Amino acid sequence: MEAAQAIENEKQIVVALAGNPNSGKTTIFNSLTGSHQQVGNWPGVTVEKKEGQLVSEGKVIRVVDLPGTYSLGAYSEDEAVARDYILFEKPDVVINIVDTTNLERNLYLTTQLLEMGANVVIALNMSDELKAKQIDINVAKFSELLGIPAVQTVGTRNQGTKELVLQALQATGNKKPRVVQINYGKEVETELAALEQDILSNRQLTENFASRWLAVKVLEGDQGILKGLAKYSGLDRLLVRRAEAVKRLEGLLGEDIESLIADKRYGFIGGLAKEVVTRRQTTEERFSMSDKIDRIVTNRYLGIPIFLLAMWTMFQFTFKVGDPFIGWIETFFEWFGGVAGAWLESAGMPELLMSLIVDGIIGGVGSVLVFIPNIFLLFFAISILEDSGYMARAAFIMDRLMHTLGLHGKSFIPLLIGFGCNVPAVMASRTLENKRDRLITILITPLMSCTARLPVYILFAGAFFSANQGLIIFSLYLLGLVLAILMGMLFKRFLFKGGTSHFVMELPPYRVPTLKSTFIHMWEKGSSFIRKAGTIIFAVVVLVWVLSNLPVGVEYASQESILGWIGSFVAPIFKPAGFGTWEAAVALVFGILAKEVVVGTLGVIYGAGEAGLTAAIAQAWTPLSAYAFMVMTLLYIPCAAVIGTIKRETNSWGWTGFAAAYTLVLGWLMAVLVYQFGRLVGLG
Amino acid sequence: MGGSVLPLGFLQVGRDAVVRELGNGRNLTQRLLEMGIVRGTRVRIIKNDMGGPLIISIGDGRLAIGRGMALKILVEEESKA
Repeated sequence: MEAAQAIENEKQIVVALAGNPNSGKTTIFNSLTGSHQQVGNWPGVTVEKKEGQLVSEGKVIRVVDLPGTYSLGAYSEDEAVARDYILFEKPDVVINIVDTTNLERNLYLTTQLLEMGANVVIALNMSDELKAKQIDINVAKFSELLGIPAVQTVGTRNQGTKELVLQALQATGNKKPRVVQINYGKEVETELAALEQDILSNRQLTENFASRWLAVKVLEGDQGILKGLAKYSGLDRLLVRRAEAVKRLEGLLGEDIESLIADKRYGFIGGLAKEVVTRRQTTEERFSMSDKIDRIVTNRYLGIPIFLLAMWTMFQFTFKVGDPFIGWIETFFEWFGGVAGAWLESAGMPELLMSLIVDGIIGGVGSVLVFIPNIFLLFFAISILEDSGYMARAAFIMDRLMHTLGLHGKSFIPLLIGFGCNVPAVMASRTLENKRDRLITILITPLMSCTARLPVYILFAGAFFSANQGLIIFSLYLLGLVLAILMGMLFKRFLFKGGTSHFVMELPPYRVPTLKSTFIHMWEKGSSFIRKAGTIIFAVVVLVWVLSNLPVGVEYASQESILGWIGSFVAPIFKPAGFGTWEAAVALVFGILAKEVVVGTLGVIYGAGEAGLTAAIAQAWTPLSAYAFMVMTLLYIPCAAVIGTIKRETNSWGWTGFAAAYTLVLGWLMAVLVYQFGRLVGLG
Repeated sequence: MGGSVLPLGFLQVGRDAVVRELGNGRNLTQRLLEMGIVRGTRVRIIKNDMGGPLIISIGDGRLAIGRGMALKILVEEESKA
């Protein structure tokens, strides 16, 4: 107890993790902090902030996971967040995770960290893959040349992480970290020295920035930094000097200043790499295993069929494996509802309260919880797709198609993430640099069918299409995807004219995902649904139950209840779509709060637990109107959480309203189209 | 060397080249720079369908590059080994 107190009292050490995307940063973060993690947002922006804790040598270390970036310029929000954290929060140590199989590119970020004067410890990660390629890195020499500690790690197997923490702890003592100097050549250095003099004479600047780093940034004209400097006074001389220097240098050397500096940086990195890397294999392989797989997977003709097959397999897996669970959980809730009801009755509980617990909570929340295994299984499959490296290939395959439609290939990654949950998908649109491309992606992402819609499909497909469940649900996911692409095309043509921006993206090598990391990712994403069931779904279900009991004395969940009024008021709109009942209407209305609530509401209304629910639905819908209802659920108005995210990301109520309005119209049109066309061809 | 200078997008699969010019446009240069492509970078064409994006290798890393971008990057082809 006292020891714990002592730990508490000591000043916490803060270690930030920085690194490129795909450098294995998340894996190292997970193995450092285990389950002691918190997820939040960086202040003022929606970039996800992950923090964790670890105890080593009796010291508590706070680990902050910075967004994965290739650079610390200010071309994206992620980069600005990472840069500002290092500049202004001044973590004790920055652990820079470097993918050694891509050493040169990864070291670009490293040089920036060092120039900023951060206290850097390097994790030379993926050293196992490097070894497999018969490449050696001389760690001691690497560390000596950069003047900072370096440790070889294999994040996926938790190798080297202990040593990494020890090195980081030791490095906290370095009050004055050695600032690495890249020599930019005589002409540039002369100008840098003059700029640095100006900076040094300004106390405000020297208090906040490493002077040499700032001089380099000012000279190369980093927009983010120049904007950030605008709040300081007395900078006129510096800026005038900069303009003159740029003019002089560009005239003298015949190159733009940015390229000049970049060339020198890469020159430094190239020299460093040459010193420390030895290839034992004399003839390097011209095409790796990944390349060979890519030749098939990204093939012009096979690419899209393979992608569709992967999707189809994913949904089949979700159903075939999840199906028995549904039965078990249904049986459990039936039994539980019965036992709880009997027990409450014998305990003399008032009938109304009993109804709240049995019909409302067990019937409503239970009907949603039934589908938790499917949700976890789908996230499991998505995690495998992400961790194996296939996600990037999907974007590659779709780029050609998307490009002909005027969309950006990278838009496809948010769309795929949308299969899991639309909230992170909308946020993932941030990787698109162009504002227009980004806005289009945000607008079409809610059309992607997320796991919260899954309970609705499973319930209805199970009631009407039990033989072809997988196929029916696959068709809905595909419909969402096709409509998203078509709507994107329309928006591009009529709302956001102009060319698409550049497509460049890393293709990480294929990896067999480890069971551990797949489970961690599945749990991270899936557990939020359990929380959701305990909070918003619980609250809405109770609200629905209350409304179905009011006004006082009304028959429970009848058309005369307030719930019935609301439903009856809206229902006529859905008559042409084949589901003009008040029950269907009110389920859709409350489903806006969270899509699972569509099932939850039906559960409360039809009471009677899960088996009864399926039977009740089989009465009120036909197979055709059930399909139309699923189409409506897929497309209409994004859920409240997504609406909130769209507002934050677009920073505009106008676009948020537009997203809600067009999806409602589209959903209604498609549902009506399905129903009327189905009747025409005699399916109804 | 002394090979001819041509757009990256014109190269056949398996060919090696050295980047000479990055086209213009601040954003383009910056994006390429972050991904490790500067003048003097050696690249190899891993996949090029003459339509749609390319896959190129830079050392052991692989990048997907859109066709439009690949036509703006000028490279010098290395003579066949």
